[in-house]
Amino acid sequence: MSVLEIRDLKVSVKLPDGQLKPILAGVDLTVRAGETHAIMGPNGSGKSTLAYSVAGHPKYEITGGSVTLDGQDVLAMTVDERARAGLFLAMQYPVEVPGVSVANFLRTAKTAIDGAAPKLRTWSGELREAMERLGMDPAFGQRNVNEGFSGGEKKRHEIVQLELLKPKIAILDETDSGLDIDALRVVSAGVNRVRDTGATGILLITHYTRILRYVKPDFVHVFVGGRIVEEGGPELAESLEAEGYERYLAGAGSARA
Amino acid sequence: MTAQTVTPPQTAVAKTKAQALRSYDVADFPALTGREEEWRFTPLKRLRGLATMDGAAAGPAPKVEYGELPAGTSVSTVDGADPVLVPFDRISALAYGAAKQVTLVEVAAEAAAAEPAYLRVVGPGELSFARTQVRVGRFARTALVIEQVGPATLADNVEVVVAEGASLTLVTIANWDQDAVQAQHVRFRLGRDAKVTHVQVALGGDLVRQYTSVEYTGRGGEAELYGLYFADAGQHLEHRLLVDHSVPDCRSYVAYRGALQGESARTVWVGDVLIQKEATGTDTYEINRNLVLTDGARADSVPNLEIETGEVIGAGHASATGRFDDEQLFYLMSRGIPQTEARKLVVRGFFADLLAKVPMDELRERLTTAVEARLEKAGA
Repeated sequence: MSVLEIRDLKVSVKLPDGQLKPILAGVDLTVRAGETHAIMGPNGSGKSTLAYSVAGHPKYEITGGSVTLDGQDVLAMTVDERARAGLFLAMQYPVEVPGVSVANFLRTAKTAIDGAAPKLRTWSGELREAMERLGMDPAFGQRNVNEGFSGGEKKRHEIVQLELLKPKIAILDETDSGLDIDALRVVSAGVNRVRDTGATGILLITHYTRILRYVKPDFVHVFVGGRIVEEGGPELAESLEAEGYERYLAGAGSARA
Repeated sequence: MTAQTVTPPQTAVAKTKAQALRSYDVADFPALTGREEEWRFTPLKRLRGLATMDGAAAGPAPKVEYGELPAGTSVSTVDGADPVLVPFDRISALAYGAAKQVTLVEVAAEAAAAEPAYLRVVGPGELSFARTQVRVGRFARTALVIEQVGPATLADNVEVVVAEGASLTLVTIANWDQDAVQAQHVRFRLGRDAKVTHVQVALGGDLVRQYTSVEYTGRGGEAELYGLYFADAGQHLEHRLLVDHSVPDCRSYVAYRGALQGESARTVWVGDVLIQKEATGTDTYEINRNLVLTDGARADSVPNLEIETGEVIGAGHASATGRFDDEQLFYLMSRGIPQTEARKLVVRGFFADLLAKVPMDELRERLTTAVEARLEKAGA
């Protein structure tokens, strides 16, 4: 059983002028395969920083703490090594890559993650089915990665990747944002399929509770001011739905303006 | 430090070029200073005297090698040939006057070549001048590859006549050694219903400046001009085009793509299309795209379209210079793809459409490999 352990993680963002601005003030979190965790918090609380720094985005600098996946030091790995070790980040704003077709991209990624090219005989069928399950026309395979995709199409494409790449730990950064109700259902169903395999631990980062109606978390963490301020079960999401974040914000301050 | 510029389209430049001074005598053209519109992007000092000399003693001409030629195609060396390209600047006049002989490639009328003819031109390493003339007879269909390799300081003119109803695919490859310098002029003259597909590849050389121009002599002429270039640190690769639509009902399509990487990698693309008053029914489009892979490289891109008649089928141009940026790299790497592989993926995709125009499988593979080797070399 895979386990991601985040211990006292402190992270700063590198500003264009070279200065470091502290965002994460010591985060402790353990995610095991088969578990679904929701991280909820107001805008600017550092939720996305947690996601991107674990994935290794160069914009962030780790100033303290540790992240391990099955005991291996994640922070010592390059971005691609982290992915090959079993980490996956579904991005809030997936990047357009002109000139690279979706089909080519997915095959290259699958080959990199598995360490061997997928079998030609079964791959195209697997790809088509994965796209159809997310309501994406297989014709998207010939389009350039995320280029000209709507917001919803980009998110579906992220979940197609999640299903195909079968990571040990998946971090979904605001995957629900910008989705209409139909797309939210389709995307949530994809996340649930991955969860139900029991082989992937899911860290669902969200501002709103609405995706939690479709993807039931085992644990809910309230994230304010760059740290986890309260933890509980699914009932915590319900109380947040009713009360919002105000009571946490008093005194805690926001990590980002 | 990085720079990438897209200079806004200019007007009234193409016509001036079409009416520029023409002479066979290099002395009729004033010495270049670098302030001329045509030369303002070119680092003249790196031309090793080609910009200023009056036809000084030249070394041996580049060696032309070829194997078996398709039926109907012949290659010979002749003392002179009626010029197709009337020199219109100092260096084209220099090449005309100083080239002692002309390499003549003739394709017989109505020949239909199954395989492309392949010519390998080896630079002699010293100052040299060359003229190549390609004459494709009426209704012939053929493909020709001219690859230039080795060391060189070369001014050369390539003159191409495609007669009525004939069709030519021409691939020219500047695959010089690292320190080579080339100033080349390519001229296409298209007869009635003649078609040329040109793929111009520039990879190697310290400074390569290629000027390609097209004239139509009858209705129905069609020119597809594709270009692929890849500039490494310190390289200057410059492409200029002038498509002169002077007769009705002709077509042109220009699509050049370039990649740049490394400190002071430099590319220039200036595409001029002129639709003269008589050229009703013209259909033309030109596009240049550049992919800047690292900081410190600079791509200039200037499309010019000048239209003197409103009765055209289509006339358009576009230019875009984009960066392969950290976010794209992060996205691909976050899917497990190593950095070098990520760059290859992007560059291969960027050039795929152009490479598909290359008629020989083996050559297409070799060019793909050459481009990818560049990425590996840079340790990208």
